[in-house]
Order: sequence, then structure tokens, then C-alpha cells
Amino acid sequence: MSRENNTLVKLNNAGFKQNGKWLVEGVTIAVEKGKIVTLIGPNGSGKSTTAKIALGIYKNIEGSVEKYTNKVGYVPQKISIDWTLPIRVRDFMLLTENIKEEKIDEALSLTGVIHLKNKSLGNLSGGEFQRVLIARAICKKPELLVLDEPVQGVDYTGEIALYELIKKISDSLHCGILLISHDLHTVMTATDYVVCLNGHVCCSGSPMDVAKNNEYKTLFGEQASQILSVYEHKHDHVHSDEGEIKKN
Amino acid sequence: MFDDFFIRALVAGLGIALVTGPLGCFVVWRRLSYFGDTLAHSALLGVTMAYSLELNIALSVFIISSLIALILIQLQKKTNLPGDALLGLLAHSSLAVGLVVIGFLTFIRFDIMGLLFGDILAVTTDDLLIIWTGGAVILLVLKLIWKPLFASTVNYELAEAEGLNPDRAKAIFTILMAAVIAISIKMVGLLLITGMLIIPAAMARNISDSPIKMVVYSIIGGLLSVILGLFSSLEFNTSSGPSIIVAALILFILSLLNIKQSIKLKN
Repeated sequence: MSRENNTLVKLNNAGFKQNGKWLVEGVTIAVEKGKIVTLIGPNGSGKSTTAKIALGIYKNIEGSVEKYTNKVGYVPQKISIDWTLPIRVRDFMLLTENIKEEKIDEALSLTGVIHLKNKSLGNLSGGEFQRVLIARAICKKPELLVLDEPVQGVDYTGEIALYELIKKISDSLHCGILLISHDLHTVMTATDYVVCLNGHVCCSGSPMDVAKNNEYKTLFGEQASQILSVYEHKHDHVHSDEGEIKKN
Repeated sequence: MFDDFFIRALVAGLGIALVTGPLGCFVVWRRLSYFGDTLAHSALLGVTMAYSLELNIALSVFIISSLIALILIQLQKKTNLPGDALLGLLAHSSLAVGLVVIGFLTFIRFDIMGLLFGDILAVTTDDLLIIWTGGAVILLVLKLIWKPLFASTVNYELAEAEGLNPDRAKAIFTILMAAVIAISIKMVGLLLITGMLIIPAAMARNISDSPIKMVVYSIIGGLLSVILGLFSSLEFNTSSGPSIIVAALILFILSLLNIKQSIKLKN
């Protein structure tokens, strides 16, 4: 198995068919160490499917997947915990790997839910559970993080903080991230590569490239393309609390 | 000391309870009650096979139960029938075939009641060996597959994505189910084995807030049920299987008190 430089997972012309219907087809993407690849696209465009292909959850796929790491952290889009299971946050953190107590505490603190450690998973709110899911995925220090709408249901300030956290993790762990998000604003600041899906790859490239793309504009509208380009210019100054402009 | 039939039954029952405790938790979590029932019903066929081919009963039951599990998986793939219909089909037809075969084996005298409801008199020293070595192997294997099995019980996709191979764990668990039925059939009887799997685990669910606690309480509940059940079976001259299950039921009812209390606390 040859490993091209820093590639963690690579999809070659991959697709998945269910009940005779293509959920997604012809997807070629690669996630490298230290890079964030974001999948965007309307509902039903095959974002989650693409993530599941990359993770090896779907077996009978077209094309091929090359996965070069087994240290994977996954935050699925939908997850329901059965009430028949007595399971606390702490047990859930240990689900796929044995992790030291202090590492669990550290991850739960980072996502702001350390106070819930001994609570039953079934009693959490949607946003709290989402933070636990993220903590669990980062706790095992993965090489590849797959985040399927990781901040859904999280309050607005929490959302920004969590995206900052994700960016920070990608820098500090030097892991590759495959991110799925609807929130163009927050995502684009951190993303290295954007893939716009609509049953197939409709366009891909840097956030700026995608923003300029005509197919993207028809898919998301003119406004969305402006959102993307806003983040492309670099700030050479910051605003102080008093509103003064300070040069970097 | 194993000369005494009662001591043998007690040692056998305790061995079985140690295994059904943790396995029963997974049966409850994974909603496999009827699957367990189906395997247990097919055990009768295993017993008749043992008599006609002069095989060891546990071994023969294990083979037939595993076979039925395989057939079930194939039927699930190849037909459009719902899972519970397939389970019912296999459970009752294998029970019926077993009973018909017994009719043909006129040269052997079967204790049908003993097969269905367990018979403490029937436990031999050889059975003890099978129960305790078989049980130890089952527990060891369960410990080895614990992580992938539990993770996929919580969420299949998480387990698969993070490289735990849940399909393999599930297949191994199916074999463990067949094995536990094989070692406990003489003691509890084929109609009541699933009760031994489910009731202590259900009792444990009522008083635990973590998976490990539930497993521990489920084992304790099973052990208590065996002790209480066997002593009362001796006292009242009742079948061993039903007596153990009734004891488990009483423990379950007691555990309901705990639920009431925790609901009160919440309000």
C-alpha cells in the first residue's frame, strides 16, 4: 500500500447506491494530515453518505476508498441512544477506546460539559449531547476526524467556540478533518478545501474558488457566494473594545 | 461432595447464573429475547439428535442452535418476511420437528417435562464439568469481544467507523448464545432458558445507571435466583427451572420499588 505524502483517506470516483438509487456518485476527495476538508451541499446531496463511504461504514460501494489510518474519531449526524442502556457520559467516552480519566476530563472541559460527566446520557439536551459527542471524538487523539454537522443544536456562542476548538484541535493534533456543515459563515474561516456536493461533486477547491464557481452560485444563491468571499481577505488590523483600529 | 444431587444442582445453577448474567444484559440491550427463545426451542431437536446419534447433549444442542441461527440469518437476507415471523417460524417448527422425532424414537424413554422445564436430578458430574469449563470459555470470549459488541450496541456506525469490526462481534455473540443455551438446557429447561437470560438482567436495569453495574447486579440476581429457586424446589418438590425463574421474578418485582423511589426523587 503506497501512501501519498500525508493522505489519511482518499476516495477514488466513489459512489453508493441504495435500493437502485444513487445517493452519491463519482466522488474523488482526499483528506490530508492537518487539513480541513468541508463538504457542503443541499439536503439529500450525499454529504453524510460521502462521509460514511470514507469511514468504511458502507461496504458495497462503487469506486474505491483508501484509508490509511485506524485512529478515527466520528461525530455522526444522527445518533439515538436506546433507553434500555444504562449509560453515563463517562461510559460513553470510553466506548471505542480505553482512555485515561484525566484525558476524559480534559476533553469534556474543552467542550464545556465536564459537569455532566456522571449524568445519564439519556437525560442530556440536544446541545449538551452534541458537545459530548465532540468530546468523545477528540478525546482519543484521532488522526482523522469526521464531523457530520457537529454543532447542530448548540447555542450560538457555543457554536463559534466549538468551531474554534475544532480548528485548534486540527492544529495541535495535526489531524485531518472531514467536516460537514450548513453554516457557511463559521466554517469557511477555517477550511482549507471545500467540496460542493449535489449527488456528485459539483465543484471543489479553496473557499474562494468555490465561491466564484457558477454552479455553486446557482445551488446556494448569490448571497452564499458573498459569504464565502468575505472570509478570503486577510485582516491586517483588529478592533479594540473601544472601537479603535489597531494594526497587527 | 458432588455425590449429593442437590449440591450438584446448586453448583451447576451457580455456574449458569455467572454466564447468563452478562449475556442476558446484551440480550436485553440488543432486543434479542425472541432470538434467544428461538434458539432454545430448537434445543429440543438438539436433544433428540444427541439421543439418536449418542452424542453429548450439550454439544449436540450447541450444533443445532448454531445451525438454526445460521438459517435465520440466511432467511433474513433472502426473504421479505419480518424478523419476528421468521423467529416464530423457526422456533415452533424446530420444536415440532423435535417432538415428532421423539415420537419415532420409541426405544428411548424421554422425560419431556424435564426437557421443557429442567430437572435438577438429571445433573451429573460430567454436566458440571461442561457447565463450568464451557461457562469459563463463554465468559472469556465475551470479555474479548466486549468493547466492539458494546460499542455497536450503543451505535453500530460509530463502532464500524472507529474500526471495531462490529459484524464479527455480533457473529461471535450469536455463537455464545447457542453455547449458553447448550450448557443450561438440563438445568433450566428449554422453555425457560430465556427467562434466566432476561429476568435477572431486567431486574438489574431497574437498579443500575452504568453498563458494568447492570452486569454485576444481573449476575448477583441470577445467583440469588438459583439459590432461592433450588432450595424452594427441594422444599416444595417443584421443577427446578420454574422455581428458579419464579425466584428471579420475585427479585424483579422487588427491584421495581427502586424505580418508584427514583421517580419520586425526580418530582
